[in-house]
Amino acid sequence: MEKLNPEIRNQIENELLGTVGRRYRQETFWVIFLGVICIGGTVAWIIQLRKGLGVTAMRDYVSWGLYISLLFFFVGVSLIGALVSCVLRMSGAKWRYPLIRIAEAVTLSAIFFAGFMPVLDMGRPERLYFLITHGRIQSPILWDVVAIATYFIGSVIYFYLPLIPDLAIMRDKLTDAPEWRKKMWRWLAMGWEDNLLQRRLLKKAMLILCIVILPVAISVHTISAWLIAFTLRPGWNSTIMGPYFVFGALMAGTAIMILIIAKLRHGYRLEHYLTPKHFNNLAKILLALTAFYLYLNINKYGVPAYKMAKEERAVLEDLFYGKHAFFFWFTQIAGLLIPIIILSFKRFRQSIKWVVTASVMVLLGALINRYLIVIPNMLHPFTPIQHAQHGYATYNPTLIEWTITASSLAGFVLLIILLFKPFPVITMWEVTEEVEKSGEKEIGVENIITLQNAPTHAS
Amino acid sequence: MACGNNCTCSQNNSGNHDNSRRDFLFKGLMGGIGAAFLSGCSSNDNTKPESGEKVNVLTHDGKLVSVDKSQVANFKPHISEDDVRKGIPGKKFVMVIDLAKCDGCGKCTKACNKMHYLPSNKEWIEVLEMQDSPDVSPYYFVKPCMHCDNPPCTKVCPVDATFKREDGIVAIDNERCIGCRFCMAACPYSVRLFNWTEPVKPNIIETTPAAENVFQSKKGCVEKCDFCPHMAREGKLPACVTGCPMNAIWFGDANEDAVTCYDGTTTKLSQLLEDGGAYRFLEELGTEPRVYYLPPVNRTYDAKEIKIGKEGSEK
Repeated sequence: MEKLNPEIRNQIENELLGTVGRRYRQETFWVIFLGVICIGGTVAWIIQLRKGLGVTAMRDYVSWGLYISLLFFFVGVSLIGALVSCVLRMSGAKWRYPLIRIAEAVTLSAIFFAGFMPVLDMGRPERLYFLITHGRIQSPILWDVVAIATYFIGSVIYFYLPLIPDLAIMRDKLTDAPEWRKKMWRWLAMGWEDNLLQRRLLKKAMLILCIVILPVAISVHTISAWLIAFTLRPGWNSTIMGPYFVFGALMAGTAIMILIIAKLRHGYRLEHYLTPKHFNNLAKILLALTAFYLYLNINKYGVPAYKMAKEERAVLEDLFYGKHAFFFWFTQIAGLLIPIIILSFKRFRQSIKWVVTASVMVLLGALINRYLIVIPNMLHPFTPIQHAQHGYATYNPTLIEWTITASSLAGFVLLIILLFKPFPVITMWEVTEEVEKSGEKEIGVENIITLQNAPTHAS
Repeated sequence: MACGNNCTCSQNNSGNHDNSRRDFLFKGLMGGIGAAFLSGCSSNDNTKPESGEKVNVLTHDGKLVSVDKSQVANFKPHISEDDVRKGIPGKKFVMVIDLAKCDGCGKCTKACNKMHYLPSNKEWIEVLEMQDSPDVSPYYFVKPCMHCDNPPCTKVCPVDATFKREDGIVAIDNERCIGCRFCMAACPYSVRLFNWTEPVKPNIIETTPAAENVFQSKKGCVEKCDFCPHMAREGKLPACVTGCPMNAIWFGDANEDAVTCYDGTTTKLSQLLEDGGAYRFLEELGTEPRVYYLPPVNRTYDAKEIKIGKEGSEK
């Protein structure tokens, strides 16, 4: 493939830079909507800080609730960055290029909130610094803190590195932007001149980071799984927890990725860049992951169900036909089985609508699954719960908990939107470079070379 | 003894007959710290009326002198943060609960709550109704903290707020606890309680480090049965033992191989465990509890009257 016509290249860049700083009506609505939820959550958090965790429905038996479930969810979702930037890179999938920045933005936002959830759950958040001054390295919580911090820093770097050439393009092109923005771009671009040496160094740095970040990503979520697997409780005391969490996480992350690119595609008019090819390929990955996750579920629940050992029995009965049966079967059937069936057909995989439907189901199932991993096990300890005080032997999250939960999820989406605001959503330099190298079809973009006029945006 | 304050009571508890073992413990303690406190009582506080009771005190030059008990009553050895984390030197505390004797009256819980200023909805020592299978007879099961030798809770604590002491006690330092509740998730015996709201503070002043305080409740922190280390330091028994009229709870030192119960009977620990066919709760988990149970055989009460609380039931 010969070099792109500079004019076409120019047009591509102009089109992709079009989203930077531009206001979209729908987007503004979402930002305000999510922002309001976040403010509500902050108020709820202040109430919780003042009155203590008594405002939640957590009590001595169910001592971990929605917050820890959400921690597991967020840590899980953060693995998508490693999947797209590292696993897909290793497997030589060229169609990943338009997705890299989106995946890293999701990762950054998720890992930020993953770091935030334990603080929400703490009885004495003002003593957080004790983890440094009195930290015991033998405790998995310390490992979690180190792993989340490392992964956060790694993700920031991974978000930043491919951004440098794009920042240079912005510095050179968007000359009518406000002065402080231009200054920021100039500073962040670090004197990028797009010469061969710089490109070689940047690519080398990205390769090293890609190799380093994969074990970090896997360890982050494995350690989260160990928070419960390191206990003796029935249902938690299992060696499957690490892989169970990691693959459930990759699955949920892929589903979120599909939903976000579906929204961005129309919202930011990126139909040429986020095409059915991406949906089809992500759907194939989602199919493989849901199928594998179902297999892990059969192992996790099926093996103890065959034995029905005394301690596990109460938890399993609760899940299979007890109080949590509806949610359990929902996650297994609507969250796994039906999406697997949908995604198995090529016809459905090629339809964005069906892929999105399957992703919504998988995501909902994954969210509920996180709840099911934590709460039913806490309700069935070794020693029988007898003469419990009112509200101690059940767990019905309070309004405060739901508000904080909703606002964490809202904040997660909001942070992703805000990360897309100052930067182009698609990595411009990599996409153009790869289109030159391997052609549009490989990258999954459509008709960008034949583009004559940059489409006008409805604002 | 039941005063609950962390002070050295100069009066003898009238409800509890003094016994040789207690006296022995007392003397041992006095001997150990005698050198330190002789200077403290050399001022000869004459404001107090003499009780007429003499105690033997070891002076720093090795002499055993007899002084009036009123002279040593107010003495309180200084206990440092390190002492609390290390535990009482030379001790290995152990508890034996005789399920054959427990009639489920719950007086242990009441005595414990009184000593630690706990509201009635908190139970450091719980009495559960157990029935291992439908055809075997039910029994009452008393559940304090097991003070495991392989404690799952202290392993996971990120800030060393809960720790295992050399005297066997698993303690909590509520000046350190960050409230992550990992220890609660880790404890297979569900003995740990959390202060979800601000607890009601009693009107007492405590000078010992937090882990040996009588009143341990602190908002956002975890608490549990602590084997009453403040009593043990004075050679006294925990509140639950002195509160159990059925003599079902024995407490003592495994190094001495001796345990004592409510009526003051002191017996050989090894003999008691052997004769009684003792076992430990959830032994298969490998937590190595320091609480032993004697099985509910030849019960001293009517087992048929026990109503098994429904699993997951609330009051």
